[in-house]
Amino acid sequence: MKAYLRFLWRCVRLSFEGGWRYHLWMTVLTVLALVGVNAWAKQLVGGLGTTGMSDQVAWGFYISNFTFLVGVAAAAVMLVIPVYVYKNRELHDLVIFGELLAVAAIVMCLAFVTVDLGRPDRILHMLTHLNFPDSMLAWDVLVLSGYLLLNLHICGYLIYSRYRNRQPTRRFYIPFVFVAIFWAISIHTVTAFLLVGLGSRPFWNSAIIAPRFIASAFAAGPAIIILTLQAIRNRAHYRVPDKALHTLRRIVTVALTINLFLMVSELFTEFYTGSTHLASTRYLWFGLHGKGALVPWIWTSLALNAGALVILYLPAGRRRRLLNVACGMLIAGIWIEKGMGLIVPGQIPTPLGEVVEYAPTLNEVLVSVGIWATGFLVYTIFVRITVPVLTGKLTAADDHATPTRGELAPATATPVPHRAKETTRV
Amino acid sequence: MSEEQISRRSFLRKGAVATAGAAALAAALSPLKDLDTSDLSGFFQKHYREMSPAEMEEALARIRRRVEERWGVRPDLRDVKPKDGVEFVYALNLSRCIGCRRCVHACVAENNQGRDPEIQYIRVLEMPRGSIDVERGDHHYDRPTVPDTDHFYLPVQCHQCTNPPCVKVCPVGATWQEADGITVVDYDWCIGCRYCEAACPYWARRFNWTAPELPREQLNPDMAYLSNRPRPQGVMEKCTFCLHRTREGKLPACLEACPTGSRKFGNILDPDSEVSRILRTKRVFVLKEEANTMPRFFYYFDERYPQHADAGADWVDDNSDLHEILARVLREDAEEMTA
Ligand code: SF4
Ligand code: SF4
Repeated sequence: MKAYLRFLWRCVRLSFEGGWRYHLWMTVLTVLALVGVNAWAKQLVGGLGTTGMSDQVAWGFYISNFTFLVGVAAAAVMLVIPVYVYKNRELHDLVIFGELLAVAAIVMCLAFVTVDLGRPDRILHMLTHLNFPDSMLAWDVLVLSGYLLLNLHICGYLIYSRYRNRQPTRRFYIPFVFVAIFWAISIHTVTAFLLVGLGSRPFWNSAIIAPRFIASAFAAGPAIIILTLQAIRNRAHYRVPDKALHTLRRIVTVALTINLFLMVSELFTEFYTGSTHLASTRYLWFGLHGKGALVPWIWTSLALNAGALVILYLPAGRRRRLLNVACGMLIAGIWIEKGMGLIVPGQIPTPLGEVVEYAPTLNEVLVSVGIWATGFLVYTIFVRITVPVLTGKLTAADDHATPTRGELAPATATPVPHRAKETTRV
Repeated sequence: MSEEQISRRSFLRKGAVATAGAAALAAALSPLKDLDTSDLSGFFQKHYREMSPAEMEEALARIRRRVEERWGVRPDLRDVKPKDGVEFVYALNLSRCIGCRRCVHACVAENNQGRDPEIQYIRVLEMPRGSIDVERGDHHYDRPTVPDTDHFYLPVQCHQCTNPPCVKVCPVGATWQEADGITVVDYDWCIGCRYCEAACPYWARRFNWTAPELPREQLNPDMAYLSNRPRPQGVMEKCTFCLHRTREGKLPACLEACPTGSRKFGNILDPDSEVSRILRTKRVFVLKEEANTMPRFFYYFDERYPQHADAGADWVDDNSDLHEILARVLREDAEEMTA
């Protein structure tokens, strides 16, 4: 126990140490997070009226970001599956980075749900009076917290074992890993069902939403992991084999293809039938009653996704630069698709046919930026701690000497075998 | 520099960083000084359905105190329970509704909704002839005189569904259906997630996006815990069929305000009630039947089934009085304008 507290203390200290770039990055993130806290404080005082939401569009930017991040969190399993199911040992340690990403994403999810509440002071009512199993939101709270705990356990256990220089006992984490794989599917299935279960909203009340959730998440999530792993490779100087990126690229390609196919099926069903249930879809793609704030967004999203898919299928798309461009495009495309393409249009027109548009306010955007910054902050600290542990620079063995700055020096001295090969094909 | 100096400098630097950090956090949190903490006074209150009579009394006393503090009016606040053998039903005669929106305003006057922005439970849709599809309705019709001859008017409010999706989705059980069929919200329990608002097929729920503004002279002191007591910021509310009135034998405010008598209300479990007779003899229908919510709010056009042609002399389908009513409505409106 004492050793464990000692470990946590060293982690805290370590997260304050690093080169100037690290300090700059952390300072910027902290400032942004504080700006978000400030905006949230204003929202607590002024009410959700400080957002752009209304009785007509009651869920906006917060729930959109939440939905997107649930997908990112779930996609962590995309690294786990090859390692544990297909026994790809090479990726073994990278799993930890994926699962830490899941943890950071879930932290952001929970933050987005919290800022969306009108009465966050009553959040404990969820503990004492959770309306389970009737409410899908109750399910979502349960599966998200469960997923958070699972991932915290797996990463925490693996990292701490490595820190203590002990071989992790398989039965202490392998079962959890397999549970986490299924759990990941459950978190976005449940999040999709949250919307799908609403008979009042024909745009959401469609069986295709859940599969589309999974497809888009399995495209955007691994794309984020691709970018993250490269950032870790370049900034934290941790050896990330190209093979990992290669595996992820294939996953992204397949998932994005399926996502676009499902979108086409959905659009065909809606537009060919031409029923009145079409209103939301028509509003989204072409505008309704002269209002069409989302039209440019959804077409941009389509262009980004389709463009990314083309790049991924081209042989040149194997170059890392282009791969990164494709990843950036599809992350943006899917982020738009989740918010401006799913959450918002599902509420336009209202069940009584009124067309009221929605745009977030500045304060709402600042709160969201703050949460994203917090997420990045959390993840950066995770990486800051994990890399020295994995590279053996931070172990329990060296804990007896009084720690000095030198001992906890950033891992910059690690050889970086992959950095030189900028144009490597992955 | 000696070791000592270095460590002193690093100590000072750490101190400076920590101070700056704490100051920044304090600055970020500074808007909270304007937080209305009286809102938090119900923090330890239990869920409505778990309060003992004594605890209920305590809660009522607390709310009375707050109303008195804020508006200087001693409210007649009570917890009105449903009566046995009563299930309320609303019926609305579309042949008579002229779209004057008096029900909308009477509802606001009765139920202590926030005035800025004004929360309204009733929406009147102006429907083109030949359609019952709400998507073709006009929510914001603004005519010098109603009714327009090419339209009919469809007022919509909470349908007090027998199978209410809003209740099902609430994550904390802050909204539920009472024994007499009225779906209510415990304003001191709702966490403001607005899931119920998304789930309602009739767009009947309203959220307090800001702290509700209510001028003193507009406060209605006749109030119940589950209906029109003043609401805090950040919670959901909705039509309660005026349960503080109807459970005590009165009629809903919207019904009383309707100049045409289009609105009918009563106990469906009583076979002799007006609503029972309407449901038996008129060609009634519900909105969005496909949602399977089984509303307790029925619409009908005047005509009754031929088998019931002789349902009684007091039971007339005659709409000839509408001209007279219309003239009166216009006169009153004109008077109100000049006043
Ligand atoms: S009309 Fe809406 S608010 Fe009223 S009971 Fe039905 S679902 Fe709930
Ligand atoms: S807004 Fe309130 S009543 Fe509605 S679902 Fe959320 S907690 Fe329940």
